[in-house]
Amino acid sequence: MSGTRVVVTGLGATSPVGGDVTSTWSALLAGQSGVDTLKHAWADELGCQIAGEVAVDPGDVLDRVKARRLDRSGQLALVAALEAWSDSGLAGTDGPDPERVAVAMASGIGGVQTLLNNYDSLREKGPRRVSPLAIPMLMPNGPAAAIGLTVGAKAGVHTPVSACASGNESIALGIDLIRLGRADVVLVGGTEAAIHALPLAAFGQMQALSKRNDEPQRASRPWDKGRDGFVMGEGAAVLVLESEQHAQARGARVYAEAAGAGITADSHDIAQPDPAGLGATRAMRLALREGDLSPADIVHINAHATSTPQGDVAEAQAIRQALGSDVDRAVLTSTKSMTGHLLGAAGALESVATVLALHHRVVPPTINLEDPEDLGLDVASTRRELPAGPLAALNNSFGFGGHNVAVAFRTA
Amino acid sequence: MPTKTDIQADLAAIVEEIAGVSAADVQPDKEFIADLDVDSLSMVEIVVAAEEKFGVRIPDDQVKNLRTVGDAVDYIDTAQA
Repeated sequence: MSGTRVVVTGLGATSPVGGDVTSTWSALLAGQSGVDTLKHAWADELGCQIAGEVAVDPGDVLDRVKARRLDRSGQLALVAALEAWSDSGLAGTDGPDPERVAVAMASGIGGVQTLLNNYDSLREKGPRRVSPLAIPMLMPNGPAAAIGLTVGAKAGVHTPVSACASGNESIALGIDLIRLGRADVVLVGGTEAAIHALPLAAFGQMQALSKRNDEPQRASRPWDKGRDGFVMGEGAAVLVLESEQHAQARGARVYAEAAGAGITADSHDIAQPDPAGLGATRAMRLALREGDLSPADIVHINAHATSTPQGDVAEAQAIRQALGSDVDRAVLTSTKSMTGHLLGAAGALESVATVLALHHRVVPPTINLEDPEDLGLDVASTRRELPAGPLAALNNSFGFGGHNVAVAFRTA
Repeated sequence: MPTKTDIQADLAAIVEEIAGVSAADVQPDKEFIADLDVDSLSMVEIVVAAEEKFGVRIPDDQVKNLRTVGDAVDYIDTAQA
C-alpha cells in the first residue's frame, strides 16, 4: 500500500523493569524480571499474589497537584508521554501546529482503581465523600485527554479500547490519522494500572493467571512447558508518530518507520483465542500488505505470548501460517516474560521494544524458557543480534473479545 | 473555639494540599477562582475537606457565595458557633 510514510521520532515508557525507556531497554536486554510478590494486605487471599508493579512510582516523578487529579493509569500515561514528547524534540515553544497534533492513547480497563476507591468511599462515608474528580479520573479517555492537554493536541484525542490489543490498536489508529492527512504528529500508546484485588480476583476466576507465587520472577514463562497463566503488569508507553515529510522538514531523529498495521476479529469466543489462529494470521498478513512487506522481510517478531497454555500455541500456529517457509528467518521474543502482561499498555510497550530492536539491531531475550514447547519457531532464549541492511519486524497483540492487531515496523 | 486566624490557617493548608496554591497566598481578600486559580472541581474538593476538618455542613447552594477566602472563613466561623 502506498501513501504517506509514517516514522517513529520519540519514545517514552514507564514499566515494571524501568522508569524510562533507557532503563527499561537495558533491563530487557539483560533479561531482568520486574515481577515480584505483592506486599499489599489485600493480596493475602488471592490465588495469584504476584505482579509487575512499575519500577518507579509516578508520584515520584510528576507534579503533586497534577498527579492527584489523575488515576494511576493517567499518571503513568503522562510520565511516558512527557518522555516521548521530549525525546521527539517537539516539546518547547517552537513546537508543531497544535491543530495538526493528535493523541491515540489506549487503556484496556480504564481508571479502575479510582472507580473502586470511590465506591469504597461511597459505601463507608456516603455520596458527599465521592470525589468530584472521580469521573474525569476513571473515564477510559482520561489518560488520552491528560496527554492532549499537556502537549496541546487539537487534531483529536482518541482512546481505542480492545482489551489487551488496545495499545497496538492505538498505533494502528495513529498511522491511519497521518495517512488520511488528519494530523502530522500523533502521540500513540497505551496505559494500564489495574493491579488491585478486584481485577486480580477476576482474572484469577477466569483461570488466566499464574499461581507460581513462590517463584515470582520465574512465573511468566511464555512458550515454556511449565507455563500456567499470565502475570499482570502495569505501566505505560508512548510513541511519537510523525509523517516522514514533517519529520524531515525539522531534521528529526527517526528510530524506525511504522510501516503498517492489520486489525481483525476472530468472531469465535469472548475469551478463548481461535485455536487455529486464523484471525491472528490475517492480522499479520494485513500488516505486511499495508507495509509493502513480504514474509521474507520479517527478521523479528515481538509476540503477544502471554504465558497462557492455549494462547501461546495458537499464536505460534498463526505466525507459522502468516510467514510460511520464511518463518525461519524471524527471531521471536516475549517481552512479557520480564514485564508481565501490561494489558492495554502491552502493545505500546512491546512496540517500543520492537522499534528499539530494529534501531539497535538486537533482540532482547525471552526469559524462563527452560523446557520450551516444540513450536517450530526460533525463540531468542538469549539476546540475539540482527543483521545489517533493511529489516522489518512485527509486533502482535491480541485481546479478549477476539481482537487481533499486528503492527509492522521497518528500519529507517 | 478556634479563632478566625486558626480557621484561615487550616483552610490555607487544605487549599495548598488540593490546589497547590502556597498557603501563604491564601489570604482573606483573595478570590478562590480569580486570584488563586482554583477550578470548580477543586472548589468542591476544598468544600468537602473543610466540612470534614471543621465539622460543619456547607450546602452546595452556599458554595457560590464563598467567593473569597474571607467569605469561607466567616461562613465556617458562624457555622461552628
